[in-house]
Amino acid sequence: MRAPVSWLRELVDIPVDQSGRDIAARLIRVGLEVETVETVGGGVTGALYLGKVLQIEELTEFKKPIRWCQVDVGTPGGGIHGIICGAQNFVVGDIVVVALPGTVLPGGFEITSRETYGHISDGMICSERELALSEEHDGIMVLPTGTAGADAGPIIGVGEEVLDIAVTPDRGYALSLRGIARELAISYGLPFRDPGLSVADLLAPGADAAPAQCGSDDFEACALFTLRTIVGFNPKAASPQWMKQRLTAAGMRPVSLAVDVTNYVMHELGQPLHAFDLDKLSGPVRAGWAEPGSILETLDHVTRELGPDDLVILDNDGIVGLAGTMGGLDSEIDDDTTSIALEAAHFAANVVARMSRRHKLSSEASRRFERGVDRTLAPYASARAAALLIEYGGGHYVGMTAVEAPYEPMVISMPSREPAAVAGMPIEADVVVGLLEAVGCQVLSIDNQLEVAAPPWRSDLTDPADLVEEVVRLVGYDLLPSTLPVAAAGHGLSKSQRLKRLIGLTLAARGSVEVLNYPFVGADELADLQLAVGDIRRSRVRLANPLSDQQPYLRASLLPGLLATVRRNAGRGLNDLSIFEVGAVFQGECDQPPPRPSVLMRPSADEWAALNALLPSQPVHLGVVLAGERELASWWGPAQSQGFADAIQLAQVVADVIGTEITIGQGHDEVFHPGRCAGIECAGQSVGVAGELHPRVIQAWSLPARSSALELDLDALIAAAPDLRSAPVVSSHPVAKEDLAVVVPDSVTAAAVLQALGSGAGELLESIRLFDIYRGPQVPAGCYSMAVALRFRAPDRTLTAEETARARQGAINRAAADCGAVIRGA
Amino acid sequence: MSGPNTSFDPKQVAVLSAEAVATMVTAALLATSAAPDLGALKAVRLAHAGDRSPLAVANRDIGALPPAAKAEVGKRVGEARGVVTAALDARQEELERARDEFALAEEFVDVTLPTVRNPLGARHPLTTVMERICDVFIAMGYDIAEGPEAEAEWINFDALNVPPDHPARTMQDTFYVTSPESGVVLRTQTSPIQIRAMLDRPLPIYVVAPGRVYRTDELDATHTPVFHQVEGLAVDEGLTMGDLKGTLDHFAQEMFGPGIVTRLRPSYFPFTEPSAELDVQCFVCRGASVDKPERPCRSCGNQGWIEWGGCGMVNPRVLRAVGIDSSKYRGFAFGMGIERTLMFRNGVTDMRDMVEGDARFSLAFGLDS
Repeated sequence: MRAPVSWLRELVDIPVDQSGRDIAARLIRVGLEVETVETVGGGVTGALYLGKVLQIEELTEFKKPIRWCQVDVGTPGGGIHGIICGAQNFVVGDIVVVALPGTVLPGGFEITSRETYGHISDGMICSERELALSEEHDGIMVLPTGTAGADAGPIIGVGEEVLDIAVTPDRGYALSLRGIARELAISYGLPFRDPGLSVADLLAPGADAAPAQCGSDDFEACALFTLRTIVGFNPKAASPQWMKQRLTAAGMRPVSLAVDVTNYVMHELGQPLHAFDLDKLSGPVRAGWAEPGSILETLDHVTRELGPDDLVILDNDGIVGLAGTMGGLDSEIDDDTTSIALEAAHFAANVVARMSRRHKLSSEASRRFERGVDRTLAPYASARAAALLIEYGGGHYVGMTAVEAPYEPMVISMPSREPAAVAGMPIEADVVVGLLEAVGCQVLSIDNQLEVAAPPWRSDLTDPADLVEEVVRLVGYDLLPSTLPVAAAGHGLSKSQRLKRLIGLTLAARGSVEVLNYPFVGADELADLQLAVGDIRRSRVRLANPLSDQQPYLRASLLPGLLATVRRNAGRGLNDLSIFEVGAVFQGECDQPPPRPSVLMRPSADEWAALNALLPSQPVHLGVVLAGERELASWWGPAQSQGFADAIQLAQVVADVIGTEITIGQGHDEVFHPGRCAGIECAGQSVGVAGELHPRVIQAWSLPARSSALELDLDALIAAAPDLRSAPVVSSHPVAKEDLAVVVPDSVTAAAVLQALGSGAGELLESIRLFDIYRGPQVPAGCYSMAVALRFRAPDRTLTAEETARARQGAINRAAADCGAVIRGA
Repeated sequence: MSGPNTSFDPKQVAVLSAEAVATMVTAALLATSAAPDLGALKAVRLAHAGDRSPLAVANRDIGALPPAAKAEVGKRVGEARGVVTAALDARQEELERARDEFALAEEFVDVTLPTVRNPLGARHPLTTVMERICDVFIAMGYDIAEGPEAEAEWINFDALNVPPDHPARTMQDTFYVTSPESGVVLRTQTSPIQIRAMLDRPLPIYVVAPGRVYRTDELDATHTPVFHQVEGLAVDEGLTMGDLKGTLDHFAQEMFGPGIVTRLRPSYFPFTEPSAELDVQCFVCRGASVDKPERPCRSCGNQGWIEWGGCGMVNPRVLRAVGIDSSKYRGFAFGMGIERTLMFRNGVTDMRDMVEGDARFSLAFGLDS
């Protein structure tokens, strides 16, 4: 919403020394967010004069028509100047705007006296665009009247300050000069001249014609409909210069007198108006619901299909406009319009908002109606508009017809001490009443309880809290005290929050870099992961309105984002990399019909469960991708590549950090190398996968060769983490060490052998460690040898040689039974 | 071995004279100090303190002396042997030390060689800023609340006093999941966590909720469709806007330094009433750059204040939607963008740095921010 300061000054006597910035500061303090204060023609330095064209010589020897003009800029401008001009839209005697040498136009363009087209051009005749007044560049500015030599600036609006205000959705009234000026008046403590309460003088309607009739089919949707009729209007009449300037400064393009007047009054009062060409209408005009399948071509030349949720303006022949949104093309005012039917009505905010959303059509009118227009303003606004139309366009006022539902103001009951209690500072009752009255409320006091009638332009005032805000913001948020409440005793981080931090810290301390990827993925990326149909990592949660059609899905795995990030880093020369991400993935479907519980009470347990059942499963995962070298070559030795073992080790590290026991087995996963993939289980459930990525995945994603990865369901791992950890028994008795080597078939995994040895060794076993693997001529083909160090210890005694030997044999026996292991050298 | 003397024969035992013993000692000490290494010293020890050394022989000859002479000569020889042994031991220690020092000197290395074989990784600064914020509020007694990113539209909007046709729904450009009618959106704010906290937790409630949120903005230097916010919510008896202001002042000081204050400007959010925009005093210039173009402040653009977030008193309609008696309880809530906080707190100039995952960006922050 753009508000020219001179317009505001018409409504409030702001002290003359107050600049646009001063005024902006006042408005910001009361809650109107002034984004910029611009000066019209702010780029002009130096004088602009009105000039009278005395003589025009057409120069025809050039490619385009050029005029050599003699322009009188009066005594202040130094008399008559010869000026070359390329525009053709003026005649001798016209008043034009002249920039003389020395003046600088917007864009740093300095006017100089220079030879061009065979003459010395001593100045420039300006267009609106050259002065940055508007985009208008069809010709130079021609003013209807003026005196040669007069300072053109104030006349054409140069120097006018304009506030640009971002109006929040609750403050529809601030989409008008009227609303902004009221805030300004309160803020300065000055009287406000309300232009919405003055009824323009209209000549009494003549008896020879009847005004057009109007109606409303639904008073819920259209509570007030008025129609004023004017005949004998001069369609050629131009808008006055001041009106054009204000509209331009307010950001609207002047079009024609009829359109300009409706826009001007809308901007001033906040009431959208629509002018029909009466001769294009057939019979009474009314607001009503569209028939299914109806069609309307709106003023923006879009043909729209309408349905029973569309509130429209109808005449006997059909639909002539979308109520409160946009008029129809067929009934538009044009250059021949002499009879005008001027509609001013009140449409329900939710009806217009729905239509605006459905038709993706936001107009100046719909923006105002969906934020709330003054419920009673229509006849005042249309009287103001009719008066302006008749003043500048001639014509004859025929009269007004109107229908209206009874209007009852919203009455809110609020204790007078409520604003003080909410603010936490004293605000006297008379201050509360005074401020509420200043915003337009009527206040009845019954003891300490206030009965407050909201003004018709404040449809946002419905609750006591709304009144509290009015009072406290006008008292000033800057006066609020700064106090600290004492919170209830807290619990610190939850177990899950604590353990996630530990995991992040551990991974970072071990050299991994955390990234936070977008969760958007595309079908191509999923294909590049080689995921089988039915794989849970194949995203099924899709966005209805993705930013890119290439990535319409939400990730069901962290891998696509991580792989893309590794590729991006590699593309920037970072080939040796470990990155990780902790984040939610989206699994399952969203296909339940959504419940809409009442917001007037707490949802029932069933409703709450149904709401949560709508959502896809969103477990938090950990993903890690390792690429290139873990340790670079240097004086300490050759480089160490990071591979499958590093990925699996990280899985173990993460589990150990949080105290969850996992088992690592041979895994099968399309994303991973078929022989280098570990499945990770926790309490018999799969919680993740780790290993070297499949070469085809590496190729499809252009990753460094032998890149490895890990993905874990962190929620599952954390859920399995112990809440507390029990202390061990630390024995001070001596350890007994036994090394042994067993030969097992290649088909038996190391984990199985270690598991068998460990369980066979019994409870005296303190630790078991694999220290070598051998394949070669010393063992039978198809077998390998594992060398293992066993440590035995008892809590209460020194072990005898016999006990140790028995435990060792137990280990060997179990490995022989479970894995076909043969003790080496036996 | 000679038998016990029954008679004293001075000639026979000349070797035991004081002069003779002194000569032996002198010879032994000379040889000891002259021994150049541990091998030589071993030979010296054998020659001068071994079983066949002159002093050992002398010692054995004492037995042949008459009893009257035994004490005197025994003492003389004993002392002599003690002196020699001590000298040998001292030289032994001296030579061993020299040998060890030589060996250690041989092991000299250049300790300025690079030693970082496994460089440190990093956490994302958005994560660590969020953790820092959580820690500030945990210290005030708050808990950390969480909620899902794909959220029920009812929780993201309706329960927060944004009814279906409210213009506020178009304030935020919402990602809808599956279809606009599915009832599921990517949460546009962390505020739905307020609803979850109020439905899940006993009163009074003091929580902060960091999290990821979504709006349909294209990525550029100042916008990203996926970003992070932190939400604060307190619901208790007798809470005031002053309490909100005081909480935010404390928060700002913890994040930006002692003495930093906040400013509230009236604004509008459907879920708070009264509502306010939250500005934080510029922690670089502290307002000193305002109206001083000659003193440019890049942090605040000479405004003196930096827009930080939004806040207000929880709208009683929101309390009603979760069944909290607004005649007894009042709440305050606030929220701010983490990316924005990181931008002006740590001088990040381009939003894209925070989302692209370039390892160099996070590595510059290490494990803290």
